[in-house]
Amino acid sequence: MAQIHLEVVTPSGAVVSEDVDIVTAPGVGGEFGVLANHAPFLSTIKTGTLSFKKDRISKFLMVTGGFTEVSNNKVTFLVESAEYGQDIDVERALRAKERAEKRLVQAQQAAEKINRVRADAALQRALARIHTAEMARH
Amino acid sequence: MPGLKDVKEKIKGVKKTAQITKAMNMVASAKLRGAQEKMERFRPYAVKFAEAMRDLSGGMEGNDLPLMEVREVKKVEIVVVTSDRGLCGSFNANIIKTAERLRKQYEAEGKTVSFVTVGKKGTQAFKKSGKLRTQFNDIMGSFQMFNAREISQNITAAFLDGESDQVDIVYGRFYSVAVQRPEREELLPIKPMTGEGEGAPAAAAMSGSYTYEPDPGEIMEVLLPLFLNVQIYHAMLEVGASEHAARMTAMDNATNACKDMITQLTRLYNKARQAAVTSELMDIVGGAEALKG
Repeated sequence: MAQIHLEVVTPSGAVVSEDVDIVTAPGVGGEFGVLANHAPFLSTIKTGTLSFKKDRISKFLMVTGGFTEVSNNKVTFLVESAEYGQDIDVERALRAKERAEKRLVQAQQAAEKINRVRADAALQRALARIHTAEMARH
Repeated sequence: MPGLKDVKEKIKGVKKTAQITKAMNMVASAKLRGAQEKMERFRPYAVKFAEAMRDLSGGMEGNDLPLMEVREVKKVEIVVVTSDRGLCGSFNANIIKTAERLRKQYEAEGKTVSFVTVGKKGTQAFKKSGKLRTQFNDIMGSFQMFNAREISQNITAAFLDGESDQVDIVYGRFYSVAVQRPEREELLPIKPMTGEGEGAPAAAAMSGSYTYEPDPGEIMEVLLPLFLNVQIYHAMLEVGASEHAARMTAMDNATNACKDMITQLTRLYNKARQAAVTSELMDIVGGAEALKG
């Protein structure tokens, strides 16, 4: 099967750089998949689970906001952070989820916009972590 | 002539100081290596990001997006990035001086100036000015992206609320281990990047064949805040590396000064010792002569 080169780059270095069969990513307009020889494409990425498959083995990454570029049979993700599913501390993510939910309620009552946005982002991250960790376990 | 014992004590003291400065020099050089490594790892991200920004902003007009909105500048905010700790020569003082000069220049043009400080040294310097809007301390050691994000969210909110019409950043740029210079850059409004660099025309021509999801304008809306994070994070990394390099040099100088002092003091000690021996000898000789008498 033809492969595509996948690169996941974060501010603290490259997390993935290898040839894979398929990449699935959380685009802003919904999840999308990229196969080999995909047409040039640019999209923003929201916090969620990025997965890729190579030799029938799937791997899952939790990514936070950024964007992706597909060109010349190469797909590059520029994200602020990326963590492998198996490295995620689920307990911690669950605690973060509860905390974020509480803060969200507080912020909504107090009508603080910045805090609400922040709490919402924290909640999204926690949910993405939990989801990614679950996917990686199966 | 100082007493022999005093000089000896002094030499001991200076030797201890030299030990400490030597150790600090070595710690700084190890930390510099760490900071440089971080910069190295950050570079691919930053380069790629700038490329994409250039591709996308080709067809953009200045006032398309809130973060790119050019207004008449009445209020300027200056983000001053310094280190948290001192003992690194004139590094922080130079950054603060540059920021001060900038303030005077803006105020001479009739603009009001507010400060946001990142790093304790800058906070200390601007605390009393009454122009300090926000401060971020004790974050220079770890270089976390979320710190940069917090700062950029803060200044973005102020910009969008009209509390500032322009945001500048002043930080210490790392040129080499020996040279670090304060640098000023404009953060907001974000200027559309036009074809600088050789790759640009080709990239612009190529971008026509891209499929965008959603459209380029919306992508930019997501990318601009991220771009601000990148710039602030970059400034923090530069300051981090510069701080350690400056400290290395400062501590090296201090160690050398200690060595010079030890040489001088040893000379003084020897002179004093000799003087004491001579005068004792004179006494003995004088006594013997008297007995002979």
